[in-house]
Amino acid sequence: MLKIERTKYEALRRHGEETYPHECCGVLLGQMDGEMRTVSSVARCGNTRTDSPHNRYDIDPRELVRIQRLGRERGEDIVGFYHSHPDHPARWSPTDLAEAHWFGCSYVITSVEKGKAAVTNSFELTGSDEADKKLVDETIEVEHAET
Amino acid sequence: MASFGGMTKINIPTPLRQYVGKQSTVEVKAGTVSEALSGLVSKHPDLRRHLYTDEGKLRSFVNVYLNDEDVRYLQKEATPLKDSDTISIVPSIAGGW
Repeated sequence: MLKIERTKYEALRRHGEETYPHECCGVLLGQMDGEMRTVSSVARCGNTRTDSPHNRYDIDPRELVRIQRLGRERGEDIVGFYHSHPDHPARWSPTDLAEAHWFGCSYVITSVEKGKAAVTNSFELTGSDEADKKLVDETIEVEHAET
Repeated sequence: MASFGGMTKINIPTPLRQYVGKQSTVEVKAGTVSEALSGLVSKHPDLRRHLYTDEGKLRSFVNVYLNDEDVRYLQKEATPLKDSDTISIVPSIAGGW
């Protein structure tokens, strides 16, 4: 399960509207406690796939290293990622699964229809290695109050 | 000037911590990136198949950074280490519909 405050949830959905018709992407930082991933901050990233940004995304690992370091300084870990599917359903694609390597993390996908964020779903990457990995539907618990 | 054989800190990404006793960083004694990674997997053998192919090559989606630089753009795994260096193992993040 992924737990996220309303303002952060809306921020990641809005990111997909801002980059439309291109895919947006970013990192979710927070705490992992067993099956529960709680987001405490959302880091926007640039999409390096300038060759096909409407249906592909890629986060520069250098940006990830920087985000990971800032997170550590604040006691946060990387608990997941998000990206958008412009004019495409909020379901994981074969490419999403092939390119997913962060086991036990959340992969959040927002469909953006004609520039408006529509459905947001989250999937946990389960399994133990590349051969048996799966993206499994998970609940997003959106918290209303800012803590 | 590199001081051979100092302690190097390796940042472990969240999905791989289960193979290193839930630690977020592991310290190894090493003079090069290659020695650091070898030291890491000899200390934590379960990690090996997640970083390397059966042929012993680093998996294509595993990025290794020395401080803020991709080691592929330095001297790859032969890159020498200094005492204050930090290695980060960063699996890639990509996808799309």
